[in-house]
Amino acid sequence: MSAMSAGAPRSLASSGQKSIQDILHPLSAEESALNPGSAAEKDLILPNGTPVDTSSPASSSSLLNRLQLDDDLDGETRDLFVTVDDPKKHVSTMETYITYRVCTKTTRTEFDLPEYSVRRRYQDFDWLRNKLEESQPTHLIPPLPEKFVMKGVVDRFSEEFVETRRKALDKFLKRVADHPVLSFNEHFNAFLSAKDLNKRQGLALLTKMGESVKYVTGGYKLRARPVEFAAMGDYLDLFTQKLGTIDRIAQRIIKEQSEFLMELREYGPVYSSWSSFEEDLHDPLEGVSGCMSNCSSALEELTEDMSEDFLPVLREYVLYIESMKNVLKKRDQVQAEYETKLEAVVFREDKKTPVPTDVEKCQDRVECFNADLKADWDRWENNKRQDFRQLLTGMADKNIQYYEKCLAAWESLIPVLQDKQEAEGETS
Amino acid sequence: MADSGSEEIAVIGNTDLTPSESENNLKNTMVEKGTSLLKMMEISVAEAEKRTGKNAVNMQETYTVYLIETRPVDAASEGTNPVPDSLWRRYSEFELLRNYLLVTYPFSVVPPLPEKRAEFVWHKLSADNMDPDFVERRRVGLENFLLRVASHPDLSSDKIFYSFLTEENGWKETVFETGFQAKADSRLKALNATFRVKNPDKRFAEMKHYGDELQSVISQLLRVRARAADRLYGVYKVHGNYGRVFSEWSAIEKEMGDGLQSAGHHMDAYAASVDDILEEEEHYADQLKEYLFYADALRAVCRKHELTQYELEMAAQDLTSKKQQREELATGTIRTFSLKGMTSKLFGQETPEQREAKLKMLETQIEEGEELVKERNAECEEFVKSAWVDIERFKEQKDHDLREALISYAIMQISMCKKGIQVWNNAKECFSKM
Repeated sequence: MSAMSAGAPRSLASSGQKSIQDILHPLSAEESALNPGSAAEKDLILPNGTPVDTSSPASSSSLLNRLQLDDDLDGETRDLFVTVDDPKKHVSTMETYITYRVCTKTTRTEFDLPEYSVRRRYQDFDWLRNKLEESQPTHLIPPLPEKFVMKGVVDRFSEEFVETRRKALDKFLKRVADHPVLSFNEHFNAFLSAKDLNKRQGLALLTKMGESVKYVTGGYKLRARPVEFAAMGDYLDLFTQKLGTIDRIAQRIIKEQSEFLMELREYGPVYSSWSSFEEDLHDPLEGVSGCMSNCSSALEELTEDMSEDFLPVLREYVLYIESMKNVLKKRDQVQAEYETKLEAVVFREDKKTPVPTDVEKCQDRVECFNADLKADWDRWENNKRQDFRQLLTGMADKNIQYYEKCLAAWESLIPVLQDKQEAEGETS
Repeated sequence: MADSGSEEIAVIGNTDLTPSESENNLKNTMVEKGTSLLKMMEISVAEAEKRTGKNAVNMQETYTVYLIETRPVDAASEGTNPVPDSLWRRYSEFELLRNYLLVTYPFSVVPPLPEKRAEFVWHKLSADNMDPDFVERRRVGLENFLLRVASHPDLSSDKIFYSFLTEENGWKETVFETGFQAKADSRLKALNATFRVKNPDKRFAEMKHYGDELQSVISQLLRVRARAADRLYGVYKVHGNYGRVFSEWSAIEKEMGDGLQSAGHHMDAYAASVDDILEEEEHYADQLKEYLFYADALRAVCRKHELTQYELEMAAQDLTSKKQQREELATGTIRTFSLKGMTSKLFGQETPEQREAKLKMLETQIEEGEELVKERNAECEEFVKSAWVDIERFKEQKDHDLREALISYAIMQISMCKKGIQVWNNAKECFSKM
């Protein structure tokens, strides 16, 4: 990214308002070219020397460049850092809600200041996500934690719930911040920096529910999904299934462990009451009781951790996949529209007039969408691998810690159990 | 206490103490205590077999017999290893032996038999008497019973016990010839009767109370433990489902596939490991059960003391009242109400001859009564002395055994934790390679 600092890309304008041909590739932009009123129509040259073919952003070179951009971002050359922390409860006459502090550190020139610290609540995050989906329909938008909690009696203001949610919101923003296209979105910028987000939101609320206008393509039927996208779709279907199964298994384990914990909580104290009418055996029995109490605490911690850290991540991915499947469908729609229009043109009698521009536009849209989607897919696969490696390793760690705690408890009990024997040995 | 020199006794810290090793512990301790019987012969219950035959009401029944093997101690150490003497006995014969011992040695805390029916079971454990696991645990329990009797200072020298171990045929008849059956019935009656003792030996009263509490607490322990075992089983087994889903998932992944697949295998291993864990725990439960039943035997001895004390008190009371009657008759004063006294008031005094006869009878009765009181007193003292010796012996044994049981339980838990750490570390390695 350091190579880019000289000509830092501007955030991508909302692609719905301009013809895609008019929108410059982020990599290709030089500052002067994007300044309104700039006189010169320079030949746009990429920093690596390749001239940019702006007639078709979906040409192979720009595709390649988009991927290069991703690689750079993975390195130490990050220039945007976002964290979500410090949840606080707000009580007003109308409602009670939680806000989170969103801290930003950046060297990007899209931001007026190098640092920001703002307070946001869940519905602000929701607003952001909707705007991202609307304005970047060809990209995979990371998911938010669930809006409503339905399972059992969950306290929205309990420490555990708020912490779980905070982690998920933090992850959401980090994923957006790491995305080479989404991170330059103006709504994202506003979310991170604006003092008063509500004004912006007011306008947005009106369009919140609608599907993105530009890509409304009614009723075009896609003949066949290209192989690579079909493979994506199939994979997502299977993966969702597996995630669902893992979720169920994890829940079942938590349930069984909780029930085991209940019995353990009853079991330990019996040793204690036994010790009360023993002499010689008093200390050993009391020791066993104490040991079991320690094991109970360790188990409770394990169960809580799994509930708070493991399950939410699984669920998040299920939501992620849902939104990805929608993006795939949208892509299908775009392709269908193009193919239909193309067919109409191909079969017309007069073959001498050039291909109408709207068909060309459709073709561009398709190619652009495909390119974005493929790039995002690769990134997603990578992240998925890391996320699940981390998740499962974390699960293993938690179990190891549980057993280590229990082991320590029982090992420290052995001398207590043996103790009297030595004393008796001396006296007898 | 237990000698630390022998190699057969597991060193504390060796976390792989198997049930057979802890049994060995027990045996070595008993041999050390050195009854003459155990110094002479090795005893074991080696096998169990199913038999079918006709029972008392001529109906076909299936039952299990157990092979009792005995071998002279010297022979084993000589290294010649001759074939042991052996005979088959069924559970009911063990019961008969025990009942005989109970009656014949009322001042001894008689070792208990393993349970007649499987109790405190959790769902995977069979309650069926014919189940091979139950039979195996019973075999171990019966051997334990024989070793306990053989190491008891009084019981080990009993002839009926000896012939139980050595004479296959005609043993039952020999037992019945002792006439213990009659005593058995009256003993049972007495044990179940309610009576108030005025001056029980405080120690025995405390012991009885202790027996009650011990019985109650061990029952509770066994109940909760069984429920906990059930739950633990569930926890481990559900992890096996991870094995399956990781395998399925790995099929749709490219780079992640191998790591997932191998992790899945470790999850399967984890799930499978619970069977051994719980089998070992069952052994612990059996050790507790032995003392649950021992508590009963302890209470029986205390009850017997109450009975002898009660009989003494009854005899003493009777004597006192007779003496009082004599006094009244001799002095003519009526201090206590008696029907005779009233009727004589109403219907006239007795004749001097009648009074003389009465006095003489009373004198005889008083003499007999004093003899009886002396006898009963001696009985009581004797009982208290012998019983207390055995109770003290029992206390020491109980403290030692239960402590050992707790140690081996802790070792079991340590082993389980170590296995858990190992499996999850293996899985973690696989995950990190994803």
